Amino acid sequence: MRGTLSDRTGAALLMAPLLLFLILAYAWPFLGVVKWSFTLPTPGLGQYGALATDPLVQSVFVRTLRIALIVTLVSVTAAYAITVVWVRGSPAQRVLAEFCILVPFWISVLTRAFGWVALLSNRGLINTWLQSVGFISEPLTLVRNEFGVIVGMTHFLIPFAVFPLASAMRSLDERVLLAARGLGSSRMRTFWTVFVPMTRSGIIGSAIIVFVFSLGFFVTPAILGGGRSVMIAELIYLRIFQSPDWGLGAAISVVLVLFVGALMALLFRYVKPKQLV
Amino acid sequence: MQQPGRAAEIKANGIGKSFGSFRALDNLTLDIGRGEFLTLLGPSGSGKTTFLMILAGFVQPSEGRLFSDGVDITQRPAEQRAAGMVFQGYALFPHMSVEQNIAFPLKVRKKTATEIRQRVGEMVERVGLKGHEKKLPAQLSGGQQQRVALARALVFEPGVLLLDEPFSALDKSLRGQMQAEMKRLHQETGTTFVFVTHDQSEALALSSRVAIFNHGKLLQVGAPDEVYDRPANRFVAEFLGEINMLPVKGVKPADNGAIGLCEDRAVNMRCKAETVKGDALLAIRPEHMSIAREAAVGENGIAATAIASTYLGAATRLDLTTRQGSKVTVSVPNEVAAAALSKGNSVWLTWPAEKGFLLPDGGQ
Repeated sequence: MRGTLSDRTGAALLMAPLLLFLILAYAWPFLGVVKWSFTLPTPGLGQYGALATDPLVQSVFVRTLRIALIVTLVSVTAAYAITVVWVRGSPAQRVLAEFCILVPFWISVLTRAFGWVALLSNRGLINTWLQSVGFISEPLTLVRNEFGVIVGMTHFLIPFAVFPLASAMRSLDERVLLAARGLGSSRMRTFWTVFVPMTRSGIIGSAIIVFVFSLGFFVTPAILGGGRSVMIAELIYLRIFQSPDWGLGAAISVVLVLFVGALMALLFRYVKPKQLV
Repeated sequence: MQQPGRAAEIKANGIGKSFGSFRALDNLTLDIGRGEFLTLLGPSGSGKTTFLMILAGFVQPSEGRLFSDGVDITQRPAEQRAAGMVFQGYALFPHMSVEQNIAFPLKVRKKTATEIRQRVGEMVERVGLKGHEKKLPAQLSGGQQQRVALARALVFEPGVLLLDEPFSALDKSLRGQMQAEMKRLHQETGTTFVFVTHDQSEALALSSRVAIFNHGKLLQVGAPDEVYDRPANRFVAEFLGEINMLPVKGVKPADNGAIGLCEDRAVNMRCKAETVKGDALLAIRPEHMSIAREAAVGENGIAATAIASTYLGAATRLDLTTRQGSKVTVSVPNEVAAAALSKGNSVWLTWPAEKGFLLPDGGQ
């Protein structure tokens, strides 16, 4: 340990407001949610029993997992390609990649979701163009379904997937790649057998971040799914604000938080926190 | 294991490299013989590593051509040159075991599993890593990692092995051990070795020839004793080891060498005086000078006063000042140094004519 006792006390004091805020704004209210899940409408484990048997809840869980997995796969793959350009490209390519990574952060998630509706809807840009060129006669259903949700979520999450990957790629020893080429390995082979395995921690970190984000996504699936492809966060919203069935909504929340907590524990087992930024 | 005929012969013809306005390498012409152990020696930024990278194909020269066995390979990418390379810091694949690291170049070359197993086994044995095959690089000591790097670079029997300061991370005793081992590997494989270092004793101990670089220029290339005993200029003389410089006046050719005046005494030199005339510097290595009571007529010698001594164990280093104020260092047996210091400190320094050589005065 390098820091002295007073150093560490100082650090703790600086962290305290954040910690206090998290306790007051998240942990404490969440305890209330946990309580509802066991007490509403009647005390007991009834809501968890319903969770285990309700076919609607189960289908939403399965859909959420499926969408999250696909989004994770696509986002991490796309982010990997972007990050390679960002970290290892020519100066001009780096600037362009950086622009593409940072700009999405300045645009609200709502704006972006509606942007995709404008692009993907039956009378949207893509369908009208494809029809005018003559590729299709009937519009393709690109939105208000899982496809639309996956497109919107992937678009939103790619920048988040970039940072752990960039961190892993930056810490990689250039000479190892030179060594591989010097030993006769083509660029392609070096990429797959040396570069990718050496950025493994970045891939794991990036995948878990995207997956956890996807599980709790609300706005994008609500708009691009159009009520037909409901994900878990939207289901909680519906149970609390529309049904209203607070007990069930609370129970789903608790299960989601436990699941995400387990994933985060897994993340920190494989990746050190400083590798994520 | 390897036919000496498979070792590569390399010709560099007018190679130059600029990074922006920085001239890293200038008009380098050098022949590297089949199976020789050539060391590229120089301070950092002298161009020696740039030349190695050009040989490996990682850096494209700005001008000049490179030939391997008579074939122009200037444009050939690194992966097709088949040069083995050992990097500073070893550059092992951290996610692969010792065995997998060594097998990598064979797998790339699509050798059969049986052949790979057999050759990796041989190589592991040869570099003394038996029992460590399944370990990851992070689980090995520095010396062991070094052996993996050597094994990996030699397993596919390359025509040339390039080594970039491979021992810089090792402690002194391990360094000596690895140097001996590398010499053995060079003899066993018969491959051409090109070795980069900034350590002159390493260069002299290992190589069949040494090429000395400074400021992007190749200053001299020759056998270790040749460059040490007859350096082409002051930089080479000083870089290869400690050396005394004494001003000489009126240098002119004489029978089998040159003569001149040093500290008002006539001195003989065996080297040619054509390039150096008039005033020059006479360079003599500390171990080539001895302490005497007086210098005989016709013998090279100057009077000096001993001022300090440093005990080095096997010998003593004696610092002296000449009458005209030049500083001289000699390496002498311990009892000679003690006697020199006790005798009122005034002594004669003598040296054989063939051990002194002339360098242009004030020049590099």
